[in-house]
Amino acid sequence: MKRTVSCLAMMVALTTAAHAQMANDGIKIGVLTDQSGVFSSLAGAGSVVAANMAVEDFGDKFGVPVQVVSADHQNKADVGTQIARQWYDVEGVDVIVDVPNSSVVLAVQELAREKDRMLIASGSGTAALTNESCSPNGMHWTWDTYAVAVSTGKAMVEQGGDKWFFLTADYAFGHTMQKDVTAVVEGAGAQVVGSVVAPLNTADFSSYLLQAPAAGANVIALANGGTDTINSLKQAQEFGLNQQARLAGLAIFLTDVHSIGLDAAQGLYLTTGFYWDRTEESREWSKRFFDRHGAMPTMAQAGVYSAVTHYLNAIAQTGTDSAAPVIAQMKATPVNDFFAQNGTIREDGRMVHDMYLAQVKTPAESSGPWDYYKILATVPGDEAFRPLSESACPLVKH
Amino acid sequence: MSIFNIPIQLFSTQIMLGLINGAFYAILSLGLAIIFGLLNIVNFAHGAFYMLGAFGALLLLDHLGINYWAALVIVPLLIGLLGCVIERSVLRWIYDLDHLYGMILTFGMSLVMVGIFRNMYGATGLAYSMPPSLQGGFNLGFMYLPASRAFVIVASGLVCLLTWLAIEKTRVGSWLRAATEKPQLTEAFGINVPLLITLTYGFGVALAAFAGVLAAPIFSVNPMMGSDLIIVVFAVVVIGGMGSISGAILSGFMLGLVEGVTKVFWPQASSTVIFVIMAIVLLVRPAGLFGKQD
Repeated sequence: MKRTVSCLAMMVALTTAAHAQMANDGIKIGVLTDQSGVFSSLAGAGSVVAANMAVEDFGDKFGVPVQVVSADHQNKADVGTQIARQWYDVEGVDVIVDVPNSSVVLAVQELAREKDRMLIASGSGTAALTNESCSPNGMHWTWDTYAVAVSTGKAMVEQGGDKWFFLTADYAFGHTMQKDVTAVVEGAGAQVVGSVVAPLNTADFSSYLLQAPAAGANVIALANGGTDTINSLKQAQEFGLNQQARLAGLAIFLTDVHSIGLDAAQGLYLTTGFYWDRTEESREWSKRFFDRHGAMPTMAQAGVYSAVTHYLNAIAQTGTDSAAPVIAQMKATPVNDFFAQNGTIREDGRMVHDMYLAQVKTPAESSGPWDYYKILATVPGDEAFRPLSESACPLVKH
Repeated sequence: MSIFNIPIQLFSTQIMLGLINGAFYAILSLGLAIIFGLLNIVNFAHGAFYMLGAFGALLLLDHLGINYWAALVIVPLLIGLLGCVIERSVLRWIYDLDHLYGMILTFGMSLVMVGIFRNMYGATGLAYSMPPSLQGGFNLGFMYLPASRAFVIVASGLVCLLTWLAIEKTRVGSWLRAATEKPQLTEAFGINVPLLITLTYGFGVALAAFAGVLAAPIFSVNPMMGSDLIIVVFAVVVIGGMGSISGAILSGFMLGLVEGVTKVFWPQASSTVIFVIMAIVLLVRPAGLFGKQD
């Protein structure tokens, strides 16, 4: 287990009463992330940097130290759970953040409920976290498969994409996205003309992609992630498919576009929870992040900063780091920072905030590295995320 | 016109694409077969050398401005040289041991190489721009064939053919075959067998690097690209017959074709079909389709 520990001692004394209510003589934030696998670029070390920045920016407001610890879950649910258990039981970690990878985050959320500690997911996308598997101890901050897929789906239908073809990764992530988007695009009057299910970690997608024009599609939706998306986009461009149909990425991060390059990614439609070059505040924070990490932040990394800051604010307001009052305070307070405006945390744990429909710039439109997105529209949070009326979360009273 | 409800146009396209992927399998399995034939080593590091080839092309372009065409020559030479050094310094100590030691050693080497690149360049991978002369393509009537793919099939076919000719029809090739069959007797004839072994390993590795350079503009250049492919390539070698040169080439192209057709009829099975064929071949012909039965 690779672990880096960064410590910020905050020795300015506040009231002794507030000091007495902090368990374990301090606040410990555990960044459980993927530091070497497929999600390491979109979350990984960048998420640890973001958490550290949040703690430093928050400043010395408690009479106890605030620590950030981090570990690599190696994308294995058993490894992730073991680290989380050690953190909660032995090391006194109060909240675990980030946790990209659906299987790991679902297991850690269960553990947080059992131990009455907290989880704030940012890098992970599974919408189940706040739906059928929701927990009073869990929050989902940045994005989910429902929001990014459905927002992109609706927007593309509005722009005339009425014949859809899905290239779907053959595991729960891909199938769920296809199901959610199909419901939305068919509801909006479009038609699904075909789909093909490809095994995970395929190198050559051209055989699958070429089935799309044969089916008469004008939108090719990529219900896959990571390297699979990168390869599909590269090969769609190679075979000239981006001239015949519009491409929709259902789970795309800024680092994916950086990896693909604008030549292959140009014109791609996607939905994101954050883009660095959107407002003055987001630019200012992102440039500070870039100076430390060497890459612009993804939505997952920016979400970690926002979540940790909101968490520390709630502790400052309640004077305790016990899970229940902090969660109640976080839910009662709107989230307002460079990441979210008037974000609210629902009873199912979903942090509802605006999402942004974006299109990847052409090489001519881009001024250089990391200048990748044109923000086409803001999707209000209430439209982007699954409405509570459709929720299968037992905490939601219908 | 259609075959089993699949339009003939789509079917022909898949055959073409299958052949192109088969070209990658052929060139990689050829390198593995040569190495196994002479060194008796199951080279699990082959996928890592393929990855090194792709990264080599990318780094030469980014840092030294060396283009794709020059990289096609320079990178295999450099990685081949690295292969020679590894053979001299590491592999030659385990020739007398069981196959398992070679597998574990090369597997370990592969993990180290992949780990280093993952730490340096991240897991998401990097983009290698398509060289200008390979942009565009040909309209074959039934499909649009990008020039990059056409080049892969021509280059790979040519390299496979030249390698086969060199091994089967030249004097050096005859030494190689002799050293494979009876190394001590070959040495008695004054042929420097240890040098031959070093060069053979270097050549096998260079073939993997060549495939890596070919792959750079087409696939995502990432540290795991070889690990994902190598298992399939091993199955191809087993189906062709361990150590059989022509078997490796033919089964490479053939299995690419089978995989391509599977992608139309049952896409989910496309990553499994090669292993199903391997199981059947091993049951019926344990030495592989083109291997010699002991």
